[in-house]
Amino acid sequence: MAHIVLGDEFGRQFTGGQTHFDLDVRDVRHLIRTLEGMFPGIGEQLEAGAIAIDNEIIPDPWLNPIQPNSEVFFLPPIKGGK
Amino acid sequence: MSKFHITTTVNGEAVEYLCDPKQTLLDVLRDELNLTGSKEGCSSGDCGACSVTLDGRLVCSCLVLGVEMQGRSVETIENMAQGEKLHPLQQKFLEAAALQCGFCTPGFLVAAKALLEKNPNPTESEARYWLAGNLCRCTGYDKIIRAVLETAADMRGSK
Amino acid sequence: MAGYEDKSFKWIGTRPVRPDGVDKVTGRANYGADMKLPGQLTGRILRSPHAHAKILSIDTSKAEKLPGVKAVITGKDFPEMHNGVLPGDEGVNFHYLSCNIMARNKVLYDGHAVAAVAAASAAIAEEALALIEVKYEVLPHVIDVDLALKPGAPLLHDDIFTTGVTPKPEKPSNTVQRIQMQLGDPDAAFKDADVVVERSFKTKAVHQGYIEPHAVVAEWSEDGQCRIWCSSQGHFMVRTLTARLLQMEVAQVRVIPAEIGGGFGGKTIIFIEPTAVLLARKAKRPVRIVMSRDEVFRGTGPAPGTSIDVKIGAKKDGMLVAATGEFRYQAGAFPGSPVGAACMAAFGPYALSHVRVVGYEAVTNRPLCYSYRAPGAPLSSFAVESVMDEIAQKLNLDPMDLRIKNGSKEGTQMVYGPKLKAVGNLECLKAIQNHPINKIPLGPNQGRGLAAGFWFNLGGQSSAVVNIAEDGTANIMTGSPDIGGSRASMALMAAEVLGIDYSKVRPIVGDTSAVGFCEITHGSRVTFATGMAIIQAAEDVVLQCRQRVAKMWEVDVEAVKWEDGHARPAGANAGDQKPLSLAQIAAKAARTGGPLVGSAAINAGGPGPAFGVHICDVEVDPETGHVTVLRYVAAQDAGKAIHPSYVEGQIQGGVAQGVGWALNEEYIYGEDGRLQNSGFLDYRIPVASDLPMIDAIILEVPNPGHPFGVRGVGEVPIVPPLGAIANAVARATGARMTDLPLTPPKIRAAIDAKK
Repeated sequence: MAHIVLGDEFGRQFTGGQTHFDLDVRDVRHLIRTLEGMFPGIGEQLEAGAIAIDNEIIPDPWLNPIQPNSEVFFLPPIKGGK
Repeated sequence: MSKFHITTTVNGEAVEYLCDPKQTLLDVLRDELNLTGSKEGCSSGDCGACSVTLDGRLVCSCLVLGVEMQGRSVETIENMAQGEKLHPLQQKFLEAAALQCGFCTPGFLVAAKALLEKNPNPTESEARYWLAGNLCRCTGYDKIIRAVLETAADMRGSK
Repeated sequence: MAGYEDKSFKWIGTRPVRPDGVDKVTGRANYGADMKLPGQLTGRILRSPHAHAKILSIDTSKAEKLPGVKAVITGKDFPEMHNGVLPGDEGVNFHYLSCNIMARNKVLYDGHAVAAVAAASAAIAEEALALIEVKYEVLPHVIDVDLALKPGAPLLHDDIFTTGVTPKPEKPSNTVQRIQMQLGDPDAAFKDADVVVERSFKTKAVHQGYIEPHAVVAEWSEDGQCRIWCSSQGHFMVRTLTARLLQMEVAQVRVIPAEIGGGFGGKTIIFIEPTAVLLARKAKRPVRIVMSRDEVFRGTGPAPGTSIDVKIGAKKDGMLVAATGEFRYQAGAFPGSPVGAACMAAFGPYALSHVRVVGYEAVTNRPLCYSYRAPGAPLSSFAVESVMDEIAQKLNLDPMDLRIKNGSKEGTQMVYGPKLKAVGNLECLKAIQNHPINKIPLGPNQGRGLAAGFWFNLGGQSSAVVNIAEDGTANIMTGSPDIGGSRASMALMAAEVLGIDYSKVRPIVGDTSAVGFCEITHGSRVTFATGMAIIQAAEDVVLQCRQRVAKMWEVDVEAVKWEDGHARPAGANAGDQKPLSLAQIAAKAARTGGPLVGSAAINAGGPGPAFGVHICDVEVDPETGHVTVLRYVAAQDAGKAIHPSYVEGQIQGGVAQGVGWALNEEYIYGEDGRLQNSGFLDYRIPVASDLPMIDAIILEVPNPGHPFGVRGVGEVPIVPPLGAIANAVARATGARMTDLPLTPPKIRAAIDAKK
């Protein structure tokens, strides 16, 4: 199962404090759907940000595969300057 | 507001234009004569992007009025290369990557040319102070100053 | 795409003349304000003189009657947008964006646009602006972030409810959001520290200071299409946002990129383009709007001022045990401060098991705060690096040893979650440690300052086309504006893959109707991501060439390899064929299947973060408080420098901007909430005589996520200078100052206070 980490903010707003999850998911889309099923309303918020899968930051995640031993972090969006 | 008829010399050629009293030399060059190589960065004489020489003297063309140009002579960036041959400063700026966005570059080249005509062997400090009226936000000035000093050395060597 | 592969290069790493160079040294290059269409009118914008006021009425009738005035518009001419962020909006609140471009019921800052005119000349347009009568009811304003965060502060919007706090607030406030990220348990870990330093910092808003003011020419045609010529950091961004704000279909808007005279993040959003389109539509003539420098300062997107608390604890030997930071960032009149990135980047150079960052963002009566090179990071880094320096002083440790001992490296977990892959932080630290500057003795009133910095870098969407001409030369096209030499790096990468001479590759920046989508030139992404698209498009051409030659030789494509710009037999069984050059293959293109066109459209991942370490020597004049920067050395991990001169240029330019931020630059507001220094005379950016040569050291720790090992380089060089200069001044004067900029009066006061 992949290890999923949400920011504290999601814990406060949606999950009753839980920020670490072990989930059996195929890809980012499946992961967000799974979390939306557990915590209605969270999906839209999660889609607004970036994701790191196995330490690789992905700005527009959706179809990116998640391996059974992957570690996934949800991040706020990042703006750049130059 | 009636316009003034001005006869002047631009890049060695006689030129006539009509301008209103509020138009600067920079406005005239860019809007009336279509010489857009001189850039407008501030219109207050602080950035040097509009540098030209007026009767041989380096000026900010945004601080000169179009109506003041009667019988004068102005040289702009457009006349710096001679035919197909770039001026040594232009060539050195290219080779030394002394430009990034390139917006301040015409002003720097005109100002640097004026420096080397006055002082063919400037110190780094002299070059920095002479060019202190030209703002560049991209390069940190390092490669610009090096390019000017190297061109000065090349030009002295070739004489 | 395959990841990094160690190989030797023919073109990558060389320093040829840039392809657009001659145009830029002769004055021929066309920037935003250089465009001129037949019948073009001059557009001008009327701006609010008040920091915060209700608009009671706008009477444009006198202006409209002035001969030569062809159009006048106000906020009423703009479509009303949904107030919120919908899925697919990419995080943009179009209501706010529209209200920033033209005020509706309220003006929210000095310089906020309230009306615009198009007229036959600049003089008439200005006369018309003076004839527009706006009645205001002036409201109390708030400029400072700490004051804006307080309950009871003048309220800018009645629809902002702080996110990130529980319970959800019932009342609106200026506080847009609170964010928090944490590793371990810093509160408990501080108990193990032998020394704890906690300091508060204040910094002022600064401007990106690009020399080219924003400029646009817009043309509207009767079939509902419009064309826009403008300089920006992304013409696709201009197209999308303009189309959305004017409720047009995206493909009806064509944006043609001008050369861009600097941006540094400030041209990653629009300010005047929809206004120019509406004026052109109403006037039925093309309209050009060029901002004055005053408008650039008052009405664009400067970087925020901040208020910051940082606390770091360490053991006697210098090992860091815990750190916390609270970062309060101005947002300008609408949400959008970079506080999230600031929090994430603050402690980036250090490996910390127990760390917490908290960020607040508050709207203030200032122009929209927008991106400026590594948005948010220079400020949070300044605070962290100042405290690190004080820890070193308290423990009597070398500041370099302290940083190396705690330096983040491959495997370090960042506060925002993921662990670092291969990065060059320690390599940069060691390069500075071994630099001869350390051996130069310091004189009286001189100090040496050190700071490290981190930036994420971005990848993202890019498209590229490689067209091979019949003689084997190549035209390559991307949609990424060239802000500092990227055409050269694109051409180098294409030449490398195709195996042809650099001079045979001509790059252009295509308009929105000519080339596939490219995200804005930001986040240090172009050489990395658009470069990756160029590499793939060139590889596409190579594959096509091998396929054509396989047909000619009547072999399988695997039997044809590509080497030095030639198709060659891959092995003995391919036959004894003579190598064919790209030119020879191109000459036969018609007979082997048609034109050779390679293309790629990607969403590049794996940008690989950048680290930079800076050291500088300053001398402080104790009489005047003036700081002279004597020496400056900056080391940076570029992954792989495609054109090293332009990498050095990025480093040197970032340093200069950072030095200005540290010493000179600030938005100064009066009690009336009006900006007092909206020109280059009073907002003084560094000039040539303010700076020494800047020694830029490029290190190359290949980015595993790029075939050539490239990392973005444009942003991280502005992160360390604020801390490096402040630390040098602190050591030169013996007084630690926590408010930027370090102006002579502040330095004099600090020296006097110490006596």
